[in-house]
Amino acid sequence: MAQKHKWLWILWSVVTLAMSGMATYILTGSDRRFLLPGETTSGHYQIELACSACHTPWLGVKEDACYKCHEAELKAANDSHPKSKFIDPRNADRLQLIKADNCVACHREHVPHQTGAMGVTVPIDYCAHCHQQTLTDRPSHKNFKFDSCATAGCHNYHDNSALYENFLLKHAQEPAVKDSGTVAQRQLLAFLTADGVMKPRPALTAEQQDAPANVTANAKVKEDWLTTAHAKAGVNCTDCHNIEDAATREKRWSDKLAPNACTRCHKEEVNGFLAGKHGMRLALDLPPMTPAQSRLPMKADAAHHELGCVSCHGAHEFNTRTAAVDACLSCHNDEHSLAYKDSKHFALWFNETTGEAPAGSGVSCATCHLPREKIENAGHVMVRVQHNQNANLRPNEKMIRSVCMGCHGLEFSLDALADPALICTNFIGRPARHVESIDLAVKRQMEIQKQKSKPRTEK
Amino acid sequence: MKAKPLKPLLLVGTLMATIVSATVLTGCNKAEAAKASGFTPQQMADNLFIVMSSDRAVYTKQVVNRLQNDEKIIKATEHWKDEKTLPLPAQMFRMGAETVAEKKPGFSYALLSLWPINKQNEPKTEAEKKGLQFVADSKGATNFYAEEVLGGKKYFTAVYADVAVSPACVKCHNDHDDSPKTDFELNDVMGGVVIRLPLD
Repeated sequence: MAQKHKWLWILWSVVTLAMSGMATYILTGSDRRFLLPGETTSGHYQIELACSACHTPWLGVKEDACYKCHEAELKAANDSHPKSKFIDPRNADRLQLIKADNCVACHREHVPHQTGAMGVTVPIDYCAHCHQQTLTDRPSHKNFKFDSCATAGCHNYHDNSALYENFLLKHAQEPAVKDSGTVAQRQLLAFLTADGVMKPRPALTAEQQDAPANVTANAKVKEDWLTTAHAKAGVNCTDCHNIEDAATREKRWSDKLAPNACTRCHKEEVNGFLAGKHGMRLALDLPPMTPAQSRLPMKADAAHHELGCVSCHGAHEFNTRTAAVDACLSCHNDEHSLAYKDSKHFALWFNETTGEAPAGSGVSCATCHLPREKIENAGHVMVRVQHNQNANLRPNEKMIRSVCMGCHGLEFSLDALADPALICTNFIGRPARHVESIDLAVKRQMEIQKQKSKPRTEK
Repeated sequence: MKAKPLKPLLLVGTLMATIVSATVLTGCNKAEAAKASGFTPQQMADNLFIVMSSDRAVYTKQVVNRLQNDEKIIKATEHWKDEKTLPLPAQMFRMGAETVAEKKPGFSYALLSLWPINKQNEPKTEAEKKGLQFVADSKGATNFYAEEVLGGKKYFTAVYADVAVSPACVKCHNDHDDSPKTDFELNDVMGGVVIRLPLD
């Protein structure tokens, strides 16, 4: 008996040790991919191994997991269905149909077989739960199916800022192409000095460069620095290259800079970069994104480029024109990107870069994907570049106001963005689809005006 | 070796103690707080309404009606962000209600009407339907109180008349394309404020 028990104890010890080892590996090991319950969405797969970014230690979803990254954009879009609307107990019956007070009710993760556009994991006719009355209140909608509300270019669940009725009416009569469309010009230095982030400094000359004597920089680096914005704004070599030692707090020269080295003066730009697919891995202290990890077609020779500020802007030349087109096309290899150089947008860009057309008249990749945003702050209108190139793509109607309408009418913009084939060819040709929303809004307005002009009958 | 099975027990015990204490600590809802401080749910709701309706009247009269209708300095419009105007008084009230809701205070409030511009703001529950009709019929002289169960939870629900306190209210509602009623007059009951306190 004792002998039998001995073997049982040994077996128990071996199994316990093996299980402890496995648990330790699971929780601390570098490759936790086998823990993933299913393929992660294109929005999150880059950070899928940073489990704790979204999950509690007990593998639940953190309450603020979604808001931590998405709250600002929901607020900016004046979210049509904020969580706060559904906390009211009068919506308790609706919450039994669809838990609209919880992001993951509609946006589950790791369920590829039921994930649709925008990471939506519920059947697309979800509007039917609460908006049946629309079919009777709006006679024009009586034959519409609920699966078309958010797919026909008419409505979105969160962001209707370019789609609400009054906006449609205001921009109903606009031409496809407006006469004078230009991109707003940046004035970063003026804002940095106005905000007190930086005191105005005189421009520097070649003799004033302050790199230590033992640092050797080639002539191109010196020339790049001297002829670009940094020397002109009085930003010297040590402003970027002298890095504070975390322990001694002493500043020491470093040839190599951390990916976030630009934050001191370009905080908003870096924050935007870290919020998008180019920088989201760095935001969670993961190794940088590389084209090899992308789910989009990328150029093979760029597969292992690590993304950071200098991967697009260069280390000293900081040529924003290169960053606006050539940097993108050095990696992106999909149909839309490859068609760009045959598009009217590129022709305008080419004319601007050759000086044949005025500044701001060209349309680069960045014009649409890293748009210049006007931010009103204490009476100043600031123009800054949004470096989260995904922010206006979820869904693409988000770019109508901030980008398209700078040059195009609302109707043309709605139609063009609702035509996937036209997007593929980088807008070479005319939209094959027509979104009815403006027509319906105008028709309804005419009917209301007709009704109002009738003399009122006394009851 | 013998100590091993104790560990899970200890863990489960600690977890349960944590859950129980957290439940006890967070279970103090508004209605209970009201009782503890000597307020009945009705008094609590009445007091909340006094604050809400006073702020609402001040904004409507001293900001919107003064600047838009009397001094003609700036308009108040529905799409105030895009149009760089003032938020409408009803929107101001709702933004407040949503900001309060985000803080999860236990109670909730809403501005509803039998003649809503946005159909989502028409009465839905029985108490809302009865209450809004009651305060409209009594021309705001009497409030309406009821208890109702929503989503398996019991609530004390109070409905108070929302009265057109300034010409701005009347004009905007009568002129709005989506308004189902276009003959409001000053001091008419246009809807109601519904305040809910949990009773469970």
